[in-house]
Amino acid sequence: MIGLHNISKSFGDCAALHAIDLTVRDGEFLALLGPSGSGKTTLLRIIAGLALPDEGRVHFNREDVTELRVAQRKVGFVFQQYALFRHMSVLDNIGFGLSVRPRVRRPAQAKIRARARELLDLVQLGGLGDRYPAQLSGGQQQRVALARALAVEPQLLLLDEPFGALDAKVRKELRRWLRQLHEQMGLTSIFVTHDQEEALELADRVVVLDRGAIEQIGTPEEVYMAPRSGFVSGFVGDSNSLPVTVRGDQALFRNHTVALSPPPLRDGPARLDFRPHDVALAADGNGLPLEVSGIYRRGGNWRVEGRVAGSDRIVELDIDADGPAPQPGDRLAFTITRSRVFAEEAAR
Amino acid sequence: MSAAHVARRSRGIRWALILAAVLFMAFFLVLPLVAVFAEALAKGFGTYLAALADPDALSAIKLTLLVAAISVPLNVAFGVCAAWAVSKFDFRGKSVLLTLIDLPFSISPVVAGLVYVLLFGAQGWFGPWLVDHGVRIIFAVPGIVLATILVTFPFVARELIPLMQEQGRVDEEAALALGASGLRTFLRVTAPNIKWGLLYGVLLCNARAMGEFGAVSVVSGHLRGLTNTMPLHVEILYNEYNFAAAFAVASLLALLALVTLALKTSLEWKFGYSHGSAR
Repeated sequence: MIGLHNISKSFGDCAALHAIDLTVRDGEFLALLGPSGSGKTTLLRIIAGLALPDEGRVHFNREDVTELRVAQRKVGFVFQQYALFRHMSVLDNIGFGLSVRPRVRRPAQAKIRARARELLDLVQLGGLGDRYPAQLSGGQQQRVALARALAVEPQLLLLDEPFGALDAKVRKELRRWLRQLHEQMGLTSIFVTHDQEEALELADRVVVLDRGAIEQIGTPEEVYMAPRSGFVSGFVGDSNSLPVTVRGDQALFRNHTVALSPPPLRDGPARLDFRPHDVALAADGNGLPLEVSGIYRRGGNWRVEGRVAGSDRIVELDIDADGPAPQPGDRLAFTITRSRVFAEEAAR
Repeated sequence: MSAAHVARRSRGIRWALILAAVLFMAFFLVLPLVAVFAEALAKGFGTYLAALADPDALSAIKLTLLVAAISVPLNVAFGVCAAWAVSKFDFRGKSVLLTLIDLPFSISPVVAGLVYVLLFGAQGWFGPWLVDHGVRIIFAVPGIVLATILVTFPFVARELIPLMQEQGRVDEEAALALGASGLRTFLRVTAPNIKWGLLYGVLLCNARAMGEFGAVSVVSGHLRGLTNTMPLHVEILYNEYNFAAAFAVASLLALLALVTLALKTSLEWKFGYSHGSAR
């Protein structure tokens, strides 16, 4: 179990993290999700021991490791650009962690090589052991970096934007494979990502960070379906927002009303968020009017982009692609079937 | 204007520029170099060898080698430490340190020499104490070594800093995260990453250490057979109108320059290392 208590860190005058509390359960696959500058990488580096917090404590299994250096924390760390040692062969890279142990705990040379070969097979690169990092593709380098981190048998695996530098297809493959590996090896894994889709697909729980603070912790389902703040709603998944006035259990946008359930606590100006798929076309024309400006196919739906007539608000709607595609300039009417209200003003 | 016309014209410009560069180099670089060897051998190969075999010349050569043998390793140690500190850590006064490292490039070597005379000379700050304890620095070998170190100390650091800054600290962090100690990280990860840049810096540092004139001239005292380095010996011979001998010793220095150049080029060719790049 990993415990972070009241972690704060600033670089010069700029606060990177303030008062972070977080518990990571054994065997969990946790995503730290946030935009750049949200402090997610700093938090990962603090857990690893590559950075020291200004305040707060880090616990591994109830043991306070705040003062321990990275070399003593026995974590596996996979760097964003992999940081493979370019002058060493793949096998030497993987065996590095074992070969630098103090003499008493260092396995024999032959043992190290055998272990490195095993790991190379585990990451499905058997036979590439004598290559140099520059001779590998990005996806292969990523696997080598992972094998190198696993060689020291860490209980905790930390990954900084593990798929950031890979193309979409390789990325998808590696994601699935990493998830399997995590379960197979009984690891606790924490990865940093700015890609909400990646976080939702891979993680058991997602920690959404913004400007150095935790906005929400929850399962992918919770974070997507019940965002706790306007930031989470806008950052995780596609979302539209309209500035509305709340009155009782209704939200007013210009002269249209949207029913709210449950009703928000406070009347007054607010921000109404809804997902593109949480809408229905109003056949009778009784709904929010939309002037269509663009259409493209998104799987089984048309993704329709347009302006809410009589306002400057641009929204995106998903409409079943069984029907004919709307054309730019068409006017549609839609109703919102599921929405959330946040206190802050709508962005845009 | 037609494309062909433009192409022809630009070709003309290209040749004109190349010709200008070649003529410039021939006049300022190749011609003097040829002149050195021509003058050195003007009175025959026998005279040339005799000039080099002269005891004073031999002692100057020995002293130059000694000075380089002391100052280059010290500057390697200093350069690696400074480059390591600047590129792998953040600390206050980093830019001051960077400026200080460049200082020997920007001050006149004569001033660098004078500084040591002011500090260690008989009338200098530490002069009386040194005299009392029988330590000679100025007009002796230690002074020459000190002056040479001062003048040559930016070479290794300057070569390594951009290289190590470009490489960042992520390789070192990876090694540390895998449990390596600081020393092991340096030996197994950092040193291999910087070895070509380091070698390049050593070559330049060595060339300057052997060729330095101004700073060494101030602190040396020009004692024949004792405190004369090769550049100083060349000057003395020249002032005595002993041109053949002067050029004979000078030709050794020129040869050193050529060897340095050849080594540097072959390094670049063999390992694809180019100035300031990562490999």
